[in-house]
Amino acid sequence: MCGIVGLYLKDKSLEPELGSMLASMLCVMTDRGPDSAGFAIYGQGNPDQVKLSLRTALDFDVSRLETELADVSGGGPSVMKRATHTLLTIPASKEAAVRNAIAARYPQITVVGSGTRMEIFKEVGLPADVASRFDLAHMTGTHGIGHTRMATESAVTTDGAHPFSTGRDQCLVHNGSLSNHAGVRRMLKHEGLTFTTDNDSEVAAGYLSWRMQKGASLGEALKESLGDLDGFYTFVVGTESGFGVLRDPIACKPAVMAETERYVAFGSEYRALVNLPGVANAKVWEPEPSTPYFWESAA
Amino acid sequence: MNMIENEVSFDLRKNTLRDLNQALHDLSKTPGAKYWRVRNPDGAHAIAAGIKAPVTVNVEGHVGYYCAGMNQLATVIVHGNAGVGVAENMMSGLVHVKGDASQAAGATAHGGTLIVNGNASARCGISMKGVDILVKGNIGHMSAFMGQAGSLVVLGNAGEALGDSIYEARLFIRGSVASLGADCIEKTMGDKDKAYLAEKLKAAGMAGEVDVAEFKRYGSARQLYNFHVDNAGAY
Repeated sequence: MCGIVGLYLKDKSLEPELGSMLASMLCVMTDRGPDSAGFAIYGQGNPDQVKLSLRTALDFDVSRLETELADVSGGGPSVMKRATHTLLTIPASKEAAVRNAIAARYPQITVVGSGTRMEIFKEVGLPADVASRFDLAHMTGTHGIGHTRMATESAVTTDGAHPFSTGRDQCLVHNGSLSNHAGVRRMLKHEGLTFTTDNDSEVAAGYLSWRMQKGASLGEALKESLGDLDGFYTFVVGTESGFGVLRDPIACKPAVMAETERYVAFGSEYRALVNLPGVANAKVWEPEPSTPYFWESAA
Repeated sequence: MNMIENEVSFDLRKNTLRDLNQALHDLSKTPGAKYWRVRNPDGAHAIAAGIKAPVTVNVEGHVGYYCAGMNQLATVIVHGNAGVGVAENMMSGLVHVKGDASQAAGATAHGGTLIVNGNASARCGISMKGVDILVKGNIGHMSAFMGQAGSLVVLGNAGEALGDSIYEARLFIRGSVASLGADCIEKTMGDKDKAYLAEKLKAAGMAGEVDVAEFKRYGSARQLYNFHVDNAGAY
């Protein structure tokens, strides 16, 4: 099953409410996926810096990280810990060096995403617990996506929790299952992409990142995936400035969208959208199969 | 729950869905109020499912899955969109969705009438067994798949594989058809068919609103019905 949600704000005055709106949407979708939950938030960012979302541990000593990474990050990185995750802000030019240093010195740490604006948090457990553990309700930003997981294709682990991020400021949540993910994964590995899990949804994220690396827009990448990804899927995708939705040609997995002058919202079911402001008067529709929907703001 | 003369009002933010459906089910044993109003449906599943009494239920908003499923005798009006499987397995009565309907609207329904003012998506009328479905907008792919009886009238367009493996349901489409499914063919529209379609439009409150001559009729070529001895080698 799985539940997915997404919210893209058009009205800046709603930005302080992004986290609370997304948290409410996520919690309503618990019946669709009580195994794990996760979300990505696009908040403030400095174009010269990159934020690395790290899965560390509850008792992880971040001050040590600050000191030990100073040599490769060009001075002490800015570190913020939220429960089992740590957000590391470093100069964008040092990302590769810092990632290498983390891989070499801290094998227990997983980098779950990186971006100028994107932050990712995900864990096993009920969506309400995950949202409160990371204090989603108080996060602010322009757009965000979320996922509640009912595990089908791989184990109930934090590795299997969504969103999956395979490119800077890019992430994806997926409801469904891909039947040709092994073949696509081999092709993408050949193209130089790396994967950290055996999850089919990570392959979908990787595919879109690969297309966008080749110059495709988000809309074009979504359109191309229709020909190359086989299976059941509803994708909700975030990029630094955009938000996209795609359903497979059979449209097996449910989806509903709502748009007002203030926001565009996505939910696996309408129930996820009921607490959004003004939703009673929103344009509500079911996205068509094989049709990419996307919204982008001027960067 | 408030009694206002002959109307019962349920607010699903204050009362439980189970209480609403139980009260509606109880009407089959002990007749009560004829008019029911459901406030704040908020996309909940199975609203007004399983009614077996001649009552009218107005649902003021969007509903989730299987609204008015298994309906018998009741009129259920959804003033919003409906999720998957609205009026699934309806036996009689009327279900009217004022907005759009999601997938499998009217699936396996044996009787009654389903009207959708907006669009219905994939698999509308799948395995329909006698229901009359009228969609004012478009329908999605695989609609009337394995349809066995009843009518599907669409004022807009139909998606791919219309009427795949259809038995005897009668399909009338005013707009375009993306493609026909296995064993579904266009049929001639005779006077009897036009009269039948006019009757269905009238029953849905649309008498005189559209010209029956604008519709094309589709149905079964009846080639999948029987075992053909010529194909014996394939088994």
